[in-house]
Amino acid sequence: MTLLSSKPQAASVPAVDAIPRRRRRHGHGWWHLLMAPVAIIFATPFIQMFLTSLTPASQINTFPPRFFPSELTLEGYAKLFRESDILHWMGNTILVSSVAIVSHLVLCSLAGYGFARLKFPGRTFGFFAIVATIMIPTQLLMVPTYVLFSRIGIIDTLAAAMVPWLASAFGIFLMRQFFLSLPAELEEAAVLDGCSRLQVFWKVVLPLARPALATLAIFTLLGSWNDLVWPLIAINDPSAFTLQLGITNFQGARRTDWSLLMAGNVVSTLPLILFFLFAQKQFIATMTFSGIKG
Amino acid sequence: MAAVDTRQAERDTARRRTHLGSWGFVAPAMVVVLGLSVFPAVWAFVLSLQEWNGFSDAVPVGLDNYRAMIDDVDLGAAVVHTVVYTALFVPLSVFLGLGLAIALNRKVVLVGIYRTLIFLPFVASAAATGILTTYLFNPQFGLVNNLLRVLGMPQQGWLENPSQAMVVITIMSLWSQAAFTTVIYLAALQDVPAELVEAARIDGANRWQAFWHVTFPQVAPVTVFVTIWQTIGAIQLFDLVYTTTRGGPLGSTKTIVYYLWSKAFKDLEFGYASAVAYGLFAVTLLITIAVTLFSRRSKVSAF
Repeated sequence: MTLLSSKPQAASVPAVDAIPRRRRRHGHGWWHLLMAPVAIIFATPFIQMFLTSLTPASQINTFPPRFFPSELTLEGYAKLFRESDILHWMGNTILVSSVAIVSHLVLCSLAGYGFARLKFPGRTFGFFAIVATIMIPTQLLMVPTYVLFSRIGIIDTLAAAMVPWLASAFGIFLMRQFFLSLPAELEEAAVLDGCSRLQVFWKVVLPLARPALATLAIFTLLGSWNDLVWPLIAINDPSAFTLQLGITNFQGARRTDWSLLMAGNVVSTLPLILFFLFAQKQFIATMTFSGIKG
Repeated sequence: MAAVDTRQAERDTARRRTHLGSWGFVAPAMVVVLGLSVFPAVWAFVLSLQEWNGFSDAVPVGLDNYRAMIDDVDLGAAVVHTVVYTALFVPLSVFLGLGLAIALNRKVVLVGIYRTLIFLPFVASAAATGILTTYLFNPQFGLVNNLLRVLGMPQQGWLENPSQAMVVITIMSLWSQAAFTTVIYLAALQDVPAELVEAARIDGANRWQAFWHVTFPQVAPVTVFVTIWQTIGAIQLFDLVYTTTRGGPLGSTKTIVYYLWSKAFKDLEFGYASAVAYGLFAVTLLITIAVTLFSRRSKVSAF
């Protein structure tokens, strides 16, 4: 649970100070010479995405290709909104992700709290069973889940995209670890004051769990927003297309219409990019935790 | 005595009610998680012993599907492609993550911006990455060949060249996933006591020696973990193949999961696809166990 306790980084400062000042500045110069190109390489695909989405179609497939367009236009976006159902796809994805996040937060925090704090027969076995499912690869589940969903009649509907995201073993594990790290005294005091366990959970524990809930919400958002494989299998009806499914289909149909495709790319990725820029700390905490859980 | 018995009974009922309430906390999430994993996993095993296309009656075939895998040339090719990708991707992503983490693990001007730019691709979906890949590596108009042209180097076919397509997919996977290994190594590096490195430097070790003999052993458990994690991810490669080459050119990027997907949902061979999925599961387990045992023997405990 290292990520949830802010680690003092001061420990590394004396080591840096021990190096003579002139050499340190020198060292950083080399470091920038190395890191600036690396950072630019990592940024290039996104820069190309934004630039191309604003480039007039006549300037894209030319030879020799240009690095930068001589003029910018919103043509690609106009065409995107005119010729595709991107807003409809986005509405579908927003709906799927919202349901996924709300359900994840409610179900996984309840279960995490149950496994961390409540005593009942079967608790250890139940938790072990949940954690063991992390080992099962999703490819194993695709065919039976598809058959199951078509039997209950939700194939080709948004419900098919939502149901697998209602809760996850990772989410339960994350919340349990967090609740275990909380001191139990607060809850005991609330019980003595006559609160029921649901009240303790809702009024005392959950407000303290905000960092863990943020981690879980980001995990669910990223996964459900970007999911492609499962919607690809479960949804063929264009009216239930998610964003990822929509732009992938569009890519197949409009192979060389780059400003159009890149506009679609921008529209589908920009919400996550902005969100990442605003909540970078929480995103990093999410990535770190999903690694630490092993 | 009767009064005691009643009290005992009341206490039992109360405890049962509490247990029921406790199960109420965990049951909804458990139903979803186990219902969508254990239940289908068992079902998949049943399917793997049948021949079934989803419509007609299923025919029990025993272990025939598993036997058929041995002689399946296309599956063999898919295994080779997957191994090539894994062998390229896993070491590169581990080294890249470690290198970037070391580079970013300092407080200098601009380090925040570098970090943001390197981490940002993590939010890119496979669909978006696929479109970007086909654009950047387009043989005629793509940025990469354009750079090669300016530098006076020969133009490449990239995604249209059977021997280069998997390399391109590896490069773009690294682009979108470098953040993951980097972040994990960053967390690990911050747990390495600065005094250890300092002591080594005072004892006359140069930077490289201090890293190799002090820092690297300290983060070894993370290296084991990241290697397993990335390997499991790599042998399940599907979506970036789907959004770039759809298995081409000449089937050169057809991976195991891509093959499994097309067997199941294009050819409707549900039984055979389930057998292949179980084969993949077995391999995943074996790799995990092997790496864990190997690291135990080398006195590194990742778990």
